[in-house]
Amino acid sequence: MTVAELFGGELMNTLALIAIAVAALYFARAPMRGLIASMCRAIAQGLRFASQSLIDARTNLTARNREVLLAAGRDAAARMVEREFERFGDTVRRDLGQYPSLHQALAERATNLDNDYAESTATPPAPPGWAEAVEAVAAVPAKADPVLRQVLESIHGSFKDAADEASDDYRKDCRTRHKHLNDMAPSWREALKLLSEVKSRLETTNARAASVDQHMKKYEEISADTDRAAASLQSSALVQFFIAGLVLIVAAGGAVVNFHLIARPMSEMVGGNAYVGAFQMADIAALVIILVELSMGLFVMECLRITNLFPAVSALPDHVRQKLAITAFGLLFSLACVEAGLAYMRELLLQDELATAALLRGDGIAAGTSFLWITTAAQMGMGFILPFALTFVAIPLETFVHSLRAVLGWAAAGLLLTTSFMLRLLAQGFDEGAAVLAQLYDVVIFAPLWVEKRLTGAGDSEAKAAHRKTAPVGAKAMMQDVEERLAS
Amino acid sequence: MKKTSLALGAAAAIFATSCSEPQPRNTGVYMLIDTSGTYTEEVDQAQQIINVILARLEPSDAFAVARVDTGSFSERDIVAKMQFDDRPSVTNQQKRQFRETIDAFVSEVKPSSYTDITGGVLQASEFLTEKNTGRKIIFIFSDLKEDLQEGYIRDIPLTLDGFDVIALNVTKLRSDNIDPREYMSRIDDWRDRVENGGGEWQVINDVESLDVMWR
Repeated sequence: MTVAELFGGELMNTLALIAIAVAALYFARAPMRGLIASMCRAIAQGLRFASQSLIDARTNLTARNREVLLAAGRDAAARMVEREFERFGDTVRRDLGQYPSLHQALAERATNLDNDYAESTATPPAPPGWAEAVEAVAAVPAKADPVLRQVLESIHGSFKDAADEASDDYRKDCRTRHKHLNDMAPSWREALKLLSEVKSRLETTNARAASVDQHMKKYEEISADTDRAAASLQSSALVQFFIAGLVLIVAAGGAVVNFHLIARPMSEMVGGNAYVGAFQMADIAALVIILVELSMGLFVMECLRITNLFPAVSALPDHVRQKLAITAFGLLFSLACVEAGLAYMRELLLQDELATAALLRGDGIAAGTSFLWITTAAQMGMGFILPFALTFVAIPLETFVHSLRAVLGWAAAGLLLTTSFMLRLLAQGFDEGAAVLAQLYDVVIFAPLWVEKRLTGAGDSEAKAAHRKTAPVGAKAMMQDVEERLAS
Repeated sequence: MKKTSLALGAAAAIFATSCSEPQPRNTGVYMLIDTSGTYTEEVDQAQQIINVILARLEPSDAFAVARVDTGSFSERDIVAKMQFDDRPSVTNQQKRQFRETIDAFVSEVKPSSYTDITGGVLQASEFLTEKNTGRKIIFIFSDLKEDLQEGYIRDIPLTLDGFDVIALNVTKLRSDNIDPREYMSRIDDWRDRVENGGGEWQVINDVESLDVMWR
């Protein structure tokens, strides 16, 4: 057998196999097209169902997110209203609690004014009792009896003295009245001052009441479950999440600095070559100290009711809470002192290592620099202050935790929506893919299809030619067509 | 009940993991200084290398310096040895003491008649194995020309699994200049012996390279 015969034989076999396969595919065309269409339809329906399920899940999640957000907002608003009421109560106690004494002071001033006014009334001068006698005396001629004249002059002198005396009394009385009127001025001023104080206190109380009204309105809006409140809370939560995250990153930087301050000297206490897993024991000890400080800071903030991360702490009686706060602060203070000591030790160790390295290099022991105390003091100061500074992390941490729930909810809802969209797109792809696969199937069996078309095409053309010969044309055909339509 | 059992199991697993023998992470260094013949003149450079090594060592590391003389497989050839404390401050003090000991040795070192490097390496492996350090390094400060006294048997296989053997300052002898193949042959012989014993072989002739290697 030659190579040509060998390959010729194989080629024939292959061609025969292909022909059989194509023939089989041709005969199975109708069921296969149905199978492809059914399969694609089933997959597309499954994907659409999954997509719809995800949409439903997203709807539920969004509703749940809204509920949680509104509940959190309601709690926050209630807390704000409660605090505003506390402040309002304090204001009322402070400003209006002293109102009785203020009122008494005003009443006293009014009494003083009344008394002064009463005392300042004008006393008319005494009416002249001898007016008619005087007139009679005055009517006596001047060239009368000298004795009479002397008597008259004496009477005239007496009258004059009496008039002078009355005039003096009147002037004195006027002075007294003016003095009383003058005394009224400070009382007026005092009364004005007291009235302006009353006005100022009432204005403060009004402002506080307006603030309570505002928070109360917000609370009512949230309680009414309005879209406006939900949108406002969403926006607020997102902003708070990013701001709190930013502050936490800054705080993490502070914690890292703190860690480096105490990690090195820690090796002096727990050993420089002790490991737990892949981590040095000294690093772990330093980290634990920082975490304990953070915890103590959190407890201090909780006990002072600045944050509300642990409801159990808020629910404690006031005296227990105060004791807890003092204990937590005491521990924090102790740890801050320990950190300051460690920071000092760090500097000592560093100097010792530098001196040893210099000795080994043959440079001799380096003389201490004069400004070394600045770095030492700075390190100690940082070691002492940073634990207290990290205490305030509790506030952004609380905000972050609360807003995180909302942000995660939105992220999950967004993910569900995107996945649902992708599934729907895939379903559409399968729908369209069924037609494409059917066309591809026809491409594979193009040869028998071509033959079929030729055969059926020939039959069709013969039938069409016969029909053309027998069928009426023109107006006749139109009439026949109309009659058929009318008959049907 | 099932949850409780699960939690107890997890706790037991964590306890067992934490209580298992921890892998040592410290470094043990044994340095052999050739004091035979004219190579004694190089001992000043060995002193510099020791200082570099001392500067690089950490708390809990172990360091020993021994001389290579007629019969080096002996504790008496150890010039100075120190297991550093795990506190950095104490380690610094120990390093200073170590340096003083080495200074004293350098000032009064005398050349030996023969060179037993194999004995020194055996002693070094014994010392470091006993110290059970995480990383084991043997420095050989020598021209690697072994010259054994009659009767000393040293053609024995070395067991250096997990050891780094580093030859330092391998100077060329006068005969090496005539036939460099001798020099290469010496280094190749030692490489074969160390690598057959399971160790890693390296040659460093520059002190700065040693510093870089340590980093």
